[in-house]
Amino acid sequence: MSTDNYVNFFQEKQGRKGIWTWLLSTDHKRIGLMYLYSIMILFMVGLTLGILMKLELIAPGRTIMGPQTYNGIFTLHGIIMIFLIVIPGLPATFGNFFLPIMIGAKDVSFPKLNLFSFYLYILGALVATTSQFLPGGPPDTGWTFYAPYSFKTSTNMFPAVLGAFILGFSSILTGLNFIVTIHRLRCPGMKFMKMPMFPWTLYGTAWIQLLATPIVGITLLMVIAERFFHIGFFDPALGGDPVLYQHLFWIYSHPAVYIMILPAMGAISEIIPTFSRKGIFGYNALVVSTMAIAIVGYFVWAHHMFTSGLSMVAQFTFSLLTFLVAIPSAIKVFNWVATMYKGSINVQVPFLWALSFIFLFMIGGFTGLVLGAVATDIHVHNTSFVVAHFHYIIFGGMGFAFFAAMHYWFPKIYGKMYSKTPAIVGWALFFIGFNILYFPMFILGLQGMPRRYYDYLPKYASLNAVSTIGSWILAIGFLIVVINLIRGAIKGPKAEANPWEGKTLEWTIPSPPSLENFEEIPEIS
Amino acid sequence: MYSTTDASNFVAGVDTAFYIILGISGVFLVAITVVMLYFVYRYNKKRNPVPTELHGSNTLEIIWTVIPTLLALLMFYYGWKGFYPQRYAPKDALAVTAVARMWSFSFEYPNGAVSNDLKVPIGRAVRVNMKAMDVLHSVFIPDFRIKTDAIPGKNNFIWFVSGKKGTYDLFCTEYCGVRHSYMNSTVNVMADADFDKWYKENGEQGATAGGTAVPGAAGKKIMEQKGCIACHSSDGSKIVGPSFKGIYGENVTVVTGGKDRTLKIDEEYIKRSIIDPSADVVKGFVAGQMISYKTELNDKQIGEIIEYIKTLNVK
Ligand code: HEC
Ligand SMILES: [Cu+2]
Repeated sequence: MSTDNYVNFFQEKQGRKGIWTWLLSTDHKRIGLMYLYSIMILFMVGLTLGILMKLELIAPGRTIMGPQTYNGIFTLHGIIMIFLIVIPGLPATFGNFFLPIMIGAKDVSFPKLNLFSFYLYILGALVATTSQFLPGGPPDTGWTFYAPYSFKTSTNMFPAVLGAFILGFSSILTGLNFIVTIHRLRCPGMKFMKMPMFPWTLYGTAWIQLLATPIVGITLLMVIAERFFHIGFFDPALGGDPVLYQHLFWIYSHPAVYIMILPAMGAISEIIPTFSRKGIFGYNALVVSTMAIAIVGYFVWAHHMFTSGLSMVAQFTFSLLTFLVAIPSAIKVFNWVATMYKGSINVQVPFLWALSFIFLFMIGGFTGLVLGAVATDIHVHNTSFVVAHFHYIIFGGMGFAFFAAMHYWFPKIYGKMYSKTPAIVGWALFFIGFNILYFPMFILGLQGMPRRYYDYLPKYASLNAVSTIGSWILAIGFLIVVINLIRGAIKGPKAEANPWEGKTLEWTIPSPPSLENFEEIPEIS
Repeated sequence: MYSTTDASNFVAGVDTAFYIILGISGVFLVAITVVMLYFVYRYNKKRNPVPTELHGSNTLEIIWTVIPTLLALLMFYYGWKGFYPQRYAPKDALAVTAVARMWSFSFEYPNGAVSNDLKVPIGRAVRVNMKAMDVLHSVFIPDFRIKTDAIPGKNNFIWFVSGKKGTYDLFCTEYCGVRHSYMNSTVNVMADADFDKWYKENGEQGATAGGTAVPGAAGKKIMEQKGCIACHSSDGSKIVGPSFKGIYGENVTVVTGGKDRTLKIDEEYIKRSIIDPSADVVKGFVAGQMISYKTELNDKQIGEIIEYIKTLNVK
């Protein structure tokens, strides 16, 4: 292979000019990066909103905004973070970029559909954004759109719901594309049980995207129909049942939690072995637990509703199943730790993110058990305990895995390297700030402070202040991390093709990859 | 029979579940973290330059599947045990109705007494039935470890026996709009005799409430009990609805069927505003936030309210 006339995918024009080489590209790598940039920009918006909320909560009473603004902000924060960032998350970015490469393919099965998914994503984001600017004011229902409040509020509910509906299609099509890609395009010799963990988790995720997302689509259509035609699905004033809405909403939104966490676990399952310089421990167990999470994850949704007056049978069953779905996650943690045993551990930046992922994910998981047991859930339901729990899972879990993946695959994507010292300083501040921000919220919740509270009793003041300070530390860490990455992408030193001594296929090709990834389709022995 | 010295008879069961779950979790969290950090130290590439390949171990997989499963079942069991009795209220419990509306609670007692805080006697079973008037709300009493949603059209309840006199916070924990965080109240656990005294004196509320000594006093009381003051002030400040200070006899611009018109605030207008709030919507305010009080207030009570509003004109 002569390096002189090697053309990487950044240089390849695909017969177009200027910006169109990106906007019309069906190359899975360019699409992955377009998702990545959109997600990073939106993440900064979401983070800023979160910091504003925390600032408001630094002391009781009004600090910087009124209650209506606050309610609008937590709604927007939730919509952006969940629908625009966490759900597309790793599959849309690193999944698009690396799935084909890791299974030895030149692209996904349907490259044009892939681009179409991206534009649905952008369209959904734009439609949701209009809700902020139309007369009526930003929606104030929370990202859950609970009935009947969502029919009573005079704010712009409709564009937000329609946006979520469109985003659902984007997610379904990506899932479909990945399933077909994995079934059809694995290179010769890449049996299912030889596939790396990251593609495996994308596979499990894709099935959830395909099967669960239509339910939220239908639900959101029902909401729209209800709002305009007053049908009476959910509104008790029309003979509907508000609890039905909650069931339908969580039948999707609980599995959605696994849409975000499974690929995160997949990325971690790549990173830990690479930096331990050995194969993953318990590959079969990890594959089985991935599929177990994907399947059992469908049947636990009502643990979000233990205070809504479900029947005793339902409470019993959903609580029990919730405990069972925790087991495969525990198995994963044990296998990751066992992978380090007798390894030759090279502590690099991605590995630090991965270690902190395991720690935060464990805290998120253990506090999830508090929410799975009925007695304790009743006490902490809808308190800031829940908020802390899901930030540990989503942000500490999926978010940290995202940054781990970012630092891991960065040299492959850009062919360049970021500087190590600022990356570590940024990570440390991020990690410390994260815990100062969210840990106090567990205690506040145990003490009874409800969530979605603009104002609170004076007895909750000191822990809230601590939490706000944490948000500043986290923000500084975040900025250092991002600036360092951007600097690295622009003027970092050239990276080797396989700087971490990774064993999966993406490390066998030059960095950045060429348009077709492989000169010849590889063969696995 | 329900003897307890805790704030409520559920505290012990729920806290046991907390201790067990958080205790087991804490041990695992610390153990796994320590092992992980130890491995990073012990098998660092400096100390262990050559890795040993290990593909897995079925024995280990079985051990770390079975043990967590058993522990999970144990936690589930205590969670269930702590919750189970919460759903079976004794028949002889004092039945109180919690009326939840944007953004206030009022508690109605069998003899007609009405209160804005939940007054209960110590050592006696109390059952609180939820009645949501508009959207979802929720009654949460942290010190009692109980919570349930108030859902329009659904009859959820909580029950408890409190063994400790005192005042406890009560929050709405289901998001319900702009003043959600102000939708709270207290539980007042009283000595038996004190409670009985209050209970007798306040029975058949409405007829005797406030007497007629001070003009408007009865109306003021009704407005407190029906939650009007969560949205309407009497001092000129705007909460969610217009303030009632000095409005009587003034002109108001309202939107009726999409068109602006100006009306004089008189008895007729106030009555219509209470019975059918969306008919004339005060300009600059949002329709639909105030629900109709048609079924909740009779003409006499509305008359008292009007009397009260009139008193807010004198400086
Ligand atoms: C959830 C908040 C809320 C509650 C509770 C509420 N209101 Fe209102 N009220 C409003 C709003 C908002 C308006 C202005 C929009 C409209 O006219 O519908 C209003 C308007 C009014 C008006 C017309 C005022 C004017 O200046 O023209 C009257 C009178 C009134 N309410 C009486 C009551 C009474 C009496 C109660 C209790 C029985 C009550 N309201 C409870 C929100 C509320
Ligand atoms: Cu409420």
